[in-house]
Amino acid sequence: MMKLFFALCFSFFANTVSAQDLAPDVQVKKITDEVIEIIKQDKDIQAGNRKKIDQLVDVKVLPHFNFSRMTALAMGRNWPKANAEQQKVLTAEFRTLLVHTYSGALSTYKNEVIEFRPLRAAAGDTDVMVRTQIKRPGTEPISIDYSMEKMPAGWKVYDVVVGGVSLVTNYRETFNAEIRDGGMDGLIKSLAGKNRSLELQASSKSK
Amino acid sequence: MTIILRRFLGSLSVAAAVGLGGCATLGGSPNDPLEGYNRAMFGFNEGVDKAIIKPLASGYKTVMPEFARTGVTNFFANLGDLWIGINNILQGKVGAGASDFGRFAINSTIGVLGLFDIASNAGFEKHNEDFGQTLGRWGAASGAYVVLPILGPSSVRDGLSLLAVDWHGDPLWYVGNIPTRNELIGLRVVDNRANLLDVSRMAEEAALDHYAYVRDAYLQRRRSLIYDGDPPPEPEPGKTSESGDSKETAARARTELPPAQIITERGERIITAADEELTPAQEFSGASVRSAAAGREAVGVIGAIYEPRIPSNYDALLAVSGNRTALAQTSLRP
Repeated sequence: MMKLFFALCFSFFANTVSAQDLAPDVQVKKITDEVIEIIKQDKDIQAGNRKKIDQLVDVKVLPHFNFSRMTALAMGRNWPKANAEQQKVLTAEFRTLLVHTYSGALSTYKNEVIEFRPLRAAAGDTDVMVRTQIKRPGTEPISIDYSMEKMPAGWKVYDVVVGGVSLVTNYRETFNAEIRDGGMDGLIKSLAGKNRSLELQASSKSK
Repeated sequence: MTIILRRFLGSLSVAAAVGLGGCATLGGSPNDPLEGYNRAMFGFNEGVDKAIIKPLASGYKTVMPEFARTGVTNFFANLGDLWIGINNILQGKVGAGASDFGRFAINSTIGVLGLFDIASNAGFEKHNEDFGQTLGRWGAASGAYVVLPILGPSSVRDGLSLLAVDWHGDPLWYVGNIPTRNELIGLRVVDNRANLLDVSRMAEEAALDHYAYVRDAYLQRRRSLIYDGDPPPEPEPGKTSESGDSKETAARARTELPPAQIITERGERIITAADEELTPAQEFSGASVRSAAAGREAVGVIGAIYEPRIPSNYDALLAVSGNRTALAQTSLRP
C-alpha cells in the first residue's frame, strides 16, 4: 500500500516548461495529475515495466528535483568536508538510489485520491512546503509533504516527507556512521555498491 | 518491518528488553545508546518475520480478494477507534475524540460491524493515537530507542506505554473465548503485515543500513505523530538549518547551490567552499542553533532529544506567533 505513497511522491512533477510561473502547489497538482493520468492509461507501467517507468520518471519527474541540495541535506555537516569531486559523485550515487526507490513505486498506483492542503506561504516566499494527503481505507490519511525552493528555472523539490519521515534526512545518521567508519570514500563505495546490487536485482527480475 | 506487530504478544516484558541494554556501542547515534542490543534484537525479529509472519502474510494476500482484506483491515481499525478517542481526549483534543467515537458508532452500525469505513467518507477522519503519544503530548521525552522482541521498533516511553497501558484499551484482549481471541489477534497481525509487504520491501531496497533506516524512520514518525503531523523544526543543527520552515532556510534558498557556498541572512558562511576545513562551531552559525547543538551533546546517553517539550500554552503560542519558528524556540527553552 505504501509504495503508492512513494509513487505519489513523484507523481506530481510532470511538467517541464510552463511550470516556471505557477505557484508551487499549483505546479505540484498539475504534475501529479499528469503522471497519474499516464499511469492509469499505461498497462505496461501498471504491470511494472521497468524501462517505461524509468522513462516516465526521467522525463516528467526528475527535472523538478534539486538533487545536489538533497544530497547536501542528507549529508548535513559532512557535506562541506567532501571535496568538489566527491560531492559530484555523492550526488550522482544518491540520486540513483532515490530514483530507484521512487520508480519502484510508480507501478502500484490504484486510483487513490490525493488531496491538497492549503498552502501556507506569503507572496514573496522562496521556500515553501506543499502539503498533500492520501486517503486510505482503515487507517489515517498519509501525508506527503514537499519542501520546495524557488530557483531561476522554477520551483524545485529538495525534500519529500512521507508520514512525517523525510526520505532525505532519514539517511543522515547512516551517512554519518559510514563516514566515521570509512571516510568520505567509504560512503561513496557503500552507495555505489548498493546501487549496483539494486541494478543486478532489477535486471535478474526482468528476465 | 515489524512495527505493526507491536500489538502482537502485548504481554511480553519490556523490562527484559530494557534490561538487556548493557552492550551499548560507542560512537553511534546519540539517540540509540542500546544499539548493540537493538541490532541483535532487530536481527532476531527479521528472522522471525522472514520465517513465519511474512510468508503467512504473502499467502493471505494471494488467497484473499482485495475487498475482503479491506474489510478485515476496517474491522480491526474500527475496534481501535475507541482507544484512539480516549487518547485524544486525554490529550485535550475533545473534538477529535468525539469524532473518533462518532466513527465507531457509524461504522459499527451502518458500516456492518466495522467492515465498511463509512465514517471516513462522511468526513470523520481516522486518527492515529496511542498512550505513548499521549505521554509525549504531556511532555515526556521518548528516552532511548528500543527494539522490542517481536513487537519491533519502540522507545522506552512508547514501549512501556504499549506494554503497560495500550493493550488495556484493545478490545480484542477482552474476548472471553481464548482460542477465538488468539485467532483474532493472529489475523490482525497477518492482515497488518500484508498491508506492509510493499513498504517493507521498499525500505529494504532504499536502505544502506536497514537497521538504521528503520530506526530513524521510526523516530521521525513518532515525533511527527505526537504533533499530529505538524512538528516544529527539529532541535538539531543540520535539520534546523535546512528544514523547510525556518527563516534561515529561506535565506539560504535565495543563494542557491552549488551548495559548496551558502550564506545566511546575516552574511555568515555556514557552509564554505569544499576544500576548506571548518571547526564545528563555525559550520553552523546563530546562537539558537549552537545552543541546541550543545544541549544535544549534554543530553547524551539519555537520548531525550527527539521531543522538545510541548509548552502548556502550545495552542496559544501557535495562534499568536503564526509561525513555527517562534514556537520551536519557545519549546526549546530549558
